[in-house]
Amino acid sequence: MNARTSRRALATTAAAAAAVLALSACSAGSSSGGSDTPSDAIVIGLTGEPVNLDFTTTSGAAIPQVVMNNVYEGLVTIDQEGELQPQLAESWEVSEDGTVYDFALHDEVTFSDGEDFTAADAVFSIERVQSDAWLNGTKSKMDVVASAEAVSDTELRVTLSRPSNAWLFDMGTYVGAMFSETGVDDLATTPIGTGPYTVESFVSGDRITLAGRDDYWGEEPDITDVTLRYFADAVASTNALRSGDIDMVYNMQAPDLMGQFESDDAFQVIEGTSNGEILLSMNNRVAPFDDVRVRQAVMYAIDRQAVIDAAWAGYGTEIGAMVPPTDPYYEDLTDMYPYDPEKARELLAEAGAEDLSITFDVPTRPYATAVSEIVVSQLAEVGIDASIQSSEFPAVWLDKVFTQADYQMSVILAVEARDVLATFNNPDYYIGYDNSKIADQVIAADSGTPEEYVSGMQEVVRTISEDAASDVLFLFPNLVVADADLDGIAANAVTESLILSGLTWSD
Amino acid sequence: MARRLLSSLGQFLATLLVATALIFVMLRVMPGDPAVVALGINATPEALAQWRAEYGTDQSLALQYLQWMGGLVRGDFGTSYVTSQDLSPLIVDRVQVTLILVGLSMLLALLVAVPLGMLAAIRHQHPSGVVLSGISQVGVAVPNFLVGVLLVAVFAVHLGWFPSGGWVAPADDPVEFARRLVLPVIALGSVQAAIITRYVRSAVLEIMREDFLRTARAKGLTKGAALVRHGLRNAGVPVVTIVGVQLAAMLIGSVVIERVFVIPGLGSLLVDSVGNRDLLAVQAIVAVLVLLVILINFLVDLAYTVLDPRLRKAA
Repeated sequence: MNARTSRRALATTAAAAAAVLALSACSAGSSSGGSDTPSDAIVIGLTGEPVNLDFTTTSGAAIPQVVMNNVYEGLVTIDQEGELQPQLAESWEVSEDGTVYDFALHDEVTFSDGEDFTAADAVFSIERVQSDAWLNGTKSKMDVVASAEAVSDTELRVTLSRPSNAWLFDMGTYVGAMFSETGVDDLATTPIGTGPYTVESFVSGDRITLAGRDDYWGEEPDITDVTLRYFADAVASTNALRSGDIDMVYNMQAPDLMGQFESDDAFQVIEGTSNGEILLSMNNRVAPFDDVRVRQAVMYAIDRQAVIDAAWAGYGTEIGAMVPPTDPYYEDLTDMYPYDPEKARELLAEAGAEDLSITFDVPTRPYATAVSEIVVSQLAEVGIDASIQSSEFPAVWLDKVFTQADYQMSVILAVEARDVLATFNNPDYYIGYDNSKIADQVIAADSGTPEEYVSGMQEVVRTISEDAASDVLFLFPNLVVADADLDGIAANAVTESLILSGLTWSD
Repeated sequence: MARRLLSSLGQFLATLLVATALIFVMLRVMPGDPAVVALGINATPEALAQWRAEYGTDQSLALQYLQWMGGLVRGDFGTSYVTSQDLSPLIVDRVQVTLILVGLSMLLALLVAVPLGMLAAIRHQHPSGVVLSGISQVGVAVPNFLVGVLLVAVFAVHLGWFPSGGWVAPADDPVEFARRLVLPVIALGSVQAAIITRYVRSAVLEIMREDFLRTARAKGLTKGAALVRHGLRNAGVPVVTIVGVQLAAMLIGSVVIERVFVIPGLGSLLVDSVGNRDLLAVQAIVAVLVLLVILINFLVDLAYTVLDPRLRKAA
């Protein structure tokens, strides 16, 4: 080999290296905007990125968080106080027997693809939930609908197979989203709805951008350029907020980091409410929790306020049952099981369950790990030795705990709206609560007058609590930190969606 | 050259086959059903069955593997379980991000490590050389995410000189692209610089004891000039080796820095895909990594032959 070959080899190496660099140079990744935010733009930091935007075939709260009320709208919507409000329906009338709903729809509403929204689209959307096109299990909320018919372009008649108080509320969640008949081809990336925004881009692993529509039927939002950025790490999101890269962190998952913002005038800190309950679940079908006394002992053994203080820096509210205060049938049951370790020990002795050893499956989520340690120490006080077993979330936890119910105790944040029945009125659910006492009562309440609905549901919830089916540790707060100049933040996460249209910058 | 290429290709195919078969089986032994992860807590058995039929996860393992390999041969990574999108553009995008990050970090590391390492070696008996060596020793021990967190705290949050993270494509805005890369490249590159400094130092120390260097000095060259003219090339072989090893490790290891700085790279995609049980995405990423590591090894081999003519005959 001579000097020339060596030079050629050198040239080959250089060329190969250059090729690698050239490959990288073109359009790697994509931008994420937002340093100095103009008055019609906002950058919001979130946790938990949606994998796609199609909630009809994919589960996960992150999807409706982005698209509901922003891209899609329903006939009705749920406001910040948890009350039902008209949206695409101007008004509605319910027949005497509570089974026929006549909706008067807004005129001149268009989808973002230019098509008119008519009663035919509403029929299409309702029937689509009942068809095989919907895989998401929330579709069962539409089971009660017997038929939907377009009386005219603006008149919709829905007939239920039995009266239902829950149905109209459910229509305010993503089950009731209105789709265009011609706009369901690419729901995963190109959702088409009647809302004030359209999805402009979706860069996985980084951000979603929404643009305001100038042909929106309602009041056009002030902020028309919205960027949602996703942070796997809470510290990274607060750093981005501090350095001015983003304007708001919504649903913050690290309460320990809130303190630094509370003392800073440049930021506002809001503790909104939510529909999420931290549920300490006990498997009612297996020992030792098949004994109601053992479950009640757990209820007495746990000092919930201490759990809130230790695990979530004091943010969160004791609610006593799986019903948040924004629901119509809320009742304060926090006194039913006061913190009383002595009583817990008595109940355990009565059940012959002293010196218990149990396994505690803890999903790999910040709130779960934080809660589990204090719960274990409080259980130890009354003689229950709980050993923590970490379950990868979602994959392993869903498989082992949720699907196979192969567990004794676990803890999870249950985020769905009005989920007390889904959780306890189904003996096959992973909680395994024997619902024979409540099943008939539930149907009666749902079919009754609104007053009967409230009193009936309160009765049901009290029964569930008396049986100590599981322990609701606290209502999860929706922590928001934002630039002090940002107004109109919808901090109450009472529906799945992060409502953007009210946001505005004060000068 | 042709034979070398052919053997590299054979090696590539064999490694790819073993690696993909391994990862394929391991992913399916791992608990967690992709259908349940995709459809979540409300899914009905019918919906799960429908999902499995749609994505073919109800077929036999052997059939699934063959179908996947068939796609791979045609350059088709398949469709993601969770996004329902074609995987190829996503992975090409993420690979570019990681290559830029890792490539620039390594470049920075070399620019720092080669002169420092040489200096540390030449002055190994002086206090300055000992100090340099000590600093690099500390640098090796510091995890790169800690460097990243500190850099963000000081230069993004406190001083506000650089953004705390995020990624901008070079084609969109070259200036912003560069600004956002500064901190992550320093975080990833500085620890590598410390590691490589130690290798350069020991390689140069070794060379300095060689007869040919004494001869060069006897001809009247200074210590530095002799080292540059005659020593560097010889010291290069062990340094190139460690650069190759480190590059391969950084392709995935950079995930920590990607998380700190919210950079959408290959490592982040791998972690997310495992979490979502997006098995086809995981397989595709592993295949790409195998390809990249083998490419790096190939380049390292080439570099050897450039640096040391004696190695060409052996090959």
